[in-house]
Order: sequence, then C-alpha cells, then structure tokens
Amino acid sequence: MKNWCQKDGQKPNEKYHYPQILLKNRKPDRILTLEEYRLDDGYAALEDTLKNLKPKEITQKIDEAGIRGRGGAGFPLGKKWLSIPDDAPFPRYFVVNCDEMEPGTFKDRVLLHTNPHNLIEAMIIAGYAISARKGFIFVRPSYETLSQILERELEIARQEGYLGENILGSGFSFDIVVHRSGGRYICGEATALLNAIQGKRPNPKQPPPYPTTRGMWDKPTVTNNVETIVWVPHVLRHGARWYKSLAATRTGEGTKLYCVSGKVNNPGCFELPMGTRLSEIIDVHAGGMIEGSEFKACIPGGASTRFLTRKYYDVEMDFDSFRMVGHRLGTAAIIVFDHKTCLVDATLNLMEFFARESCGWCTPCREGLPYICELLRKIENGDGKAEFVGILKEMSKFLWNSYCAFAPGAMSSLESLITYFEDEIFEHIWEKKCPFKV
Amino acid sequence: MISGELKEKLLKEILEAETPNEKAVDVMYELQKVYGWITDEAMSEASELLGMTLTELDELATFYNFLFREPVGKYVIHVCDSVVCWMNGYEVLLDHLKGRLGIGIGETTSDGLFTLLPVCCIGYCDRAPAMLINRRVHGNLTPEKIDTIIDQIRAKEQES
Ligand SMILES: Cc1cc2nc3c(=O)[nH]c(=O)nc-3n(C[C@H](O)[C@H](O)[C@H](O)COP(=O)(O)O)c2cc1C
Ligand code: SF4
Ligand code: FES
Repeated sequence: MKNWCQKDGQKPNEKYHYPQILLKNRKPDRILTLEEYRLDDGYAALEDTLKNLKPKEITQKIDEAGIRGRGGAGFPLGKKWLSIPDDAPFPRYFVVNCDEMEPGTFKDRVLLHTNPHNLIEAMIIAGYAISARKGFIFVRPSYETLSQILERELEIARQEGYLGENILGSGFSFDIVVHRSGGRYICGEATALLNAIQGKRPNPKQPPPYPTTRGMWDKPTVTNNVETIVWVPHVLRHGARWYKSLAATRTGEGTKLYCVSGKVNNPGCFELPMGTRLSEIIDVHAGGMIEGSEFKACIPGGASTRFLTRKYYDVEMDFDSFRMVGHRLGTAAIIVFDHKTCLVDATLNLMEFFARESCGWCTPCREGLPYICELLRKIENGDGKAEFVGILKEMSKFLWNSYCAFAPGAMSSLESLITYFEDEIFEHIWEKKCPFKV
Repeated sequence: MISGELKEKLLKEILEAETPNEKAVDVMYELQKVYGWITDEAMSEASELLGMTLTELDELATFYNFLFREPVGKYVIHVCDSVVCWMNGYEVLLDHLKGRLGIGIGETTSDGLFTLLPVCCIGYCDRAPAMLINRRVHGNLTPEKIDTIIDQIRAKEQES
C-alpha cells in the first residue's frame, strides 16, 4: 500500500496521515461558513463551470473520473447522468439522498456538519449539468439540526446569487429545498425516495421506466448520495487523474469516508484513501479493539452487508476488492463485534430491524422476516431445533424473490451467519441456551 | 383549530411546492406541533389545506415513525435499539428508563410528559448508546446521564 504523506524523517505514525478533501475543514463544534469555504476555493468551480463549460462537458469530465456512488451500490456517477436521454422533457429534478438510515452509517452527517456549502455548490453544478430546475435534499428526522443548518446556509447562498434566477448572470436558474422525511428506512431506496418526496406512500417502484427517464412527476430525475455528489467541484477543479490518485489501490478512486462503530476505542468517521486496509482502519484510525476484546467479525458496509471474518482482516476496502472476495462494500460503515458478542443475537437484532422497517409491499419480505425472527429468537433462547438451520438457509435464499433490494440486503447477515458461524448456531441448539449468557 | 397565521404560512409553502402533496409530511409535522399528535381534527385540516383525501394522508401518517396518529407525551423519547446501541448496552438503558418513568415501550407517563418508543439506528453510532428526545440527540448514554436529562426536563416543566 502506498503511504501518501510519508516523508523522510517523519515520525512513523505520520505515515497514517492522508490528504483530507471532504473533511479538510472539520471543526469540533461548527460548520465551515460560506466565507471560509470561498477562501478555500469554494464556489470557484461553479463560477468557472457556468462561464466556461457546457453541461455535456461537465458530465464528460465527471464520467472520466469514474466516481462511484457512495450510497451503497457503487454505480458510476457519470453513467447515471448520461442515462438521461438528450431529448428528455423538462423540468428535470436533482435529488440528494441524505436519508442515511443504514445502521452503522453516519458519514453524510459528519460531512455536512463539516462543510454544507460543498454540497450546495455540487448540487448547483449537477443541476446545470443535467439541466434541472430544482434540487431536493432529503433528510431524515434524526438529523433535524442538519435540516436547519442546510436551510440557513441555502438562504445565505441565495443571497450571494448562487441560487435562484439567473445564477451569477449565466442565464441558468436553479433552486434547492430541504425535504424532511417522516422517517422510515425504506425511504433511502432511490425509487421509494422519489415517492416520498411526491407525498406518496414510499413503496419502491421497480424500473422501467428508470427515474432518469421518468422520475418525479414523470419527469427525469437523478438521485445521488451526499458523499458521491460532493466530489463534483473537487474533480472539476483538480481533474480526473488527481481524483484517481487519491486512492490507495488501483481498483479504488478518491478518498472514502469510513465509519467505524462497535467494540473499538475510537469510533468515528475517517476520511482515508479508498482501498485502505480494514486492519489499518480498525487498528490505527479507530484506535484498535477496546481492552479485553478480540476482533471476532465485522459488518463492513452497513447492516445490509455480510459478516466479514478474521480471514479478510487485511482486505483493501474498495468496491472491486470486496467483490473479489465475495463481499459488498456497501456504505463502508464498519460495525465491529468482539469475541464476547453472540452473533446469533446480533443477527436477531438485525432481522428485527429489517422486519420492522419492511415497507410491507411484497409478501416474501413482509411475512418472511418476522418468521426468520421467530426462528432466531427460539434458537437464541435455547428453544431451537436442528432443522431450523435448514429452514433459515432456505429462507435466506427465498427472500431474494422480493420486490426490491431491501430484502436481499437483509439476508446478507443471516446468510453469512450460517456460512461462517454455523457452529455457534448449533452450540445454542445443543446446549439449549446462549453460550454467551451466563 | 389552527391559527389563521399558521394556515396562511402553510398555504404559502404549499403554493411554492411542485404539487401540494410534496408538502404533506411538512404540513402534518406542523399540525402535530399544534395538537401534540395528529388528531382527526388535524387530519381534516391537513386534508383541506393539501387537497388530499383522508385516506391518502393516513397512508402517510401511519407509515412514518415520526408522525403520531395516537396521543403521545410532550416529550417523545426514541431509544435506538439497532445493532451498535444494542451491543453497547441498550438493554440496561431501556430497563433504567422504564423503571425511572414507570412505563413500558409504547406507553406514556400518567402526567402526560413522556412517551417511550423504540427507533432504529439514528445515525449516531459513534456515540452509542443513543436516543432522541423530540428529535434531539443524546449520545454516550449511561443511567446517570439519563437521570440528569429526565430531571432537567421535569424541573423545567415544574417551573412553567
Ligand atoms: C433499502 C435501501 C436503503 C437505502 N438507503 C440509502 C440511504 O439512506 N442513502 C443513500 O444514499 N442510498 C441509499 N440506498 C441506495 C439508493 O437506492 C441509491 O442507490 C443511492 O442513493 C444512489 O446514489 P449513489 O449512486 O450516489 O450512491 C438504499 C438502498 C436500499 C435498497
Ligand atoms: S422487499 Fe420489503 S421493502 Fe422492498 S418492496 Fe418488498 S416489502 Fe417493501
Ligand atoms: S445503532 Fe444506535 S445510533 Fe446507530
């Protein structure tokens, strides 16, 4: 692995200091103001773009950089923008997904509490690139303070002429509103999200039509995650090569915000080269395991990803490296479990989360999840039978027949529990109790 | 009934939206602030303001975790029960809260001050265990910290 800041004569631990782009201006108690952001070249990319670039040229530059979606699926940003047909109707909408309800994930919160104007600038450029008229930031209820910060800063940007009619004399008009969610995990799914903003019950909607052709109010709509879109001004200023060179691996690109929580000394959100090894993230940046705890497993990308065991402790954390070892990077939110934590119980907790948050639209998910919970609860309480394991295995495949990606995501932890920790499940069954409870 | 002033404010916001439906959740949030929860009266007012049917609105009101179609206390405590808080001592905290308030999950204290509800991961896992009180976050919780928070609210309420 390359060490970006390591220079001769530096103390050894400084090799773990990396360029900070998204969290560069992180302050303990406040955001970066518009003035401060401008001193740091903020809004320079916007001014330059509106003056010198055509919408298509922006999309091209963004596409060259190969920015992959940070909302969990890793879909290339440029490709999504390009999927709007040239003759698509108007008005068009640009939506930022700040629902962030994937358990373990809090990067968008940290990012926007650091530099909201980075998002605002990025959205205006995105709006210009896809010829949108209006942008929405969809925010979950527990981030109410963030909604208020965003509304305040949007007004400041409006007064500076960055939003509204005829932005900076360019002839381009665009405005942004904060849309408060009523609070439900499924709203983060891109199509459910669009229903939510339109004031419909937020069930997902299988394509086609794709939202980029017919989205909100049947008009072309692009949705991106906060952490994806904030790269736009940086990439336009510094170029695709710079962006790619920020990564630790050839398969990675840019930096990544890794959230670490659970049994570590220093839980938090860290901006590191994409592709940084899991071991470095846990041992160095998150301060290692808490005293008396040994690493048992982690969920590396939010609750919808598989348990990852000691075997891949050194895995490089980028989308492709993960895919190659049969895992998904998801939101790169690492939840760390120690040797004293019962993973049957942890999986039960995860299944209860999914059962409660299921939108109820399709039967396999709505009925399957409570059934899985019941079986796991029996096992955890010492009332399990050997045949439950087979049923659970079958259910973990069966739920892939659901209507949206929610249920397959939910099955990740269950399937990997059975794959890697079958012994632990059987120990519960044979001993008729949870071996972790005294 | 809501004040003419609020009505005007909401109508203006509805007018600025792409379609009235876009403001459905916002309007219900505002009415919830007035009534404490979304009463039937609030529902018909929302329906009138938005031009949406009661069924369309109930489809939303019953779906979302932060809209209440049943009475709740003045302070709604949402305790995070997702996986990180769970492994960092959520159960102990919940027991403490239940004991302290004398209520179970889904119940309201007899003085109408507190309602206890479960909620999934609130995005503060770096400060687990965590909870929300009226959507404000409290993290790195311990039983002592919870006592302080509850005492403060009770004291504030006694003053007013
Ligand atoms: C159940 C479910 C929940 C999701 N929640 C979120 C979320 O909270 N935030 C987010 O950005 N993406 C979420 N996604 C992914 C979105 O569907 C979508 O892929 C993403 O917002 C696109 O943005 P990106 O391409 O910039 O990553 C979720 C997906 C599913 C299936
Ligand atoms: S899989 Fe679950 S969340 Fe997705 S549509 Fe079906 S019931 Fe709803
Ligand atoms: S699990 Fe409780 S805040 Fe994330």
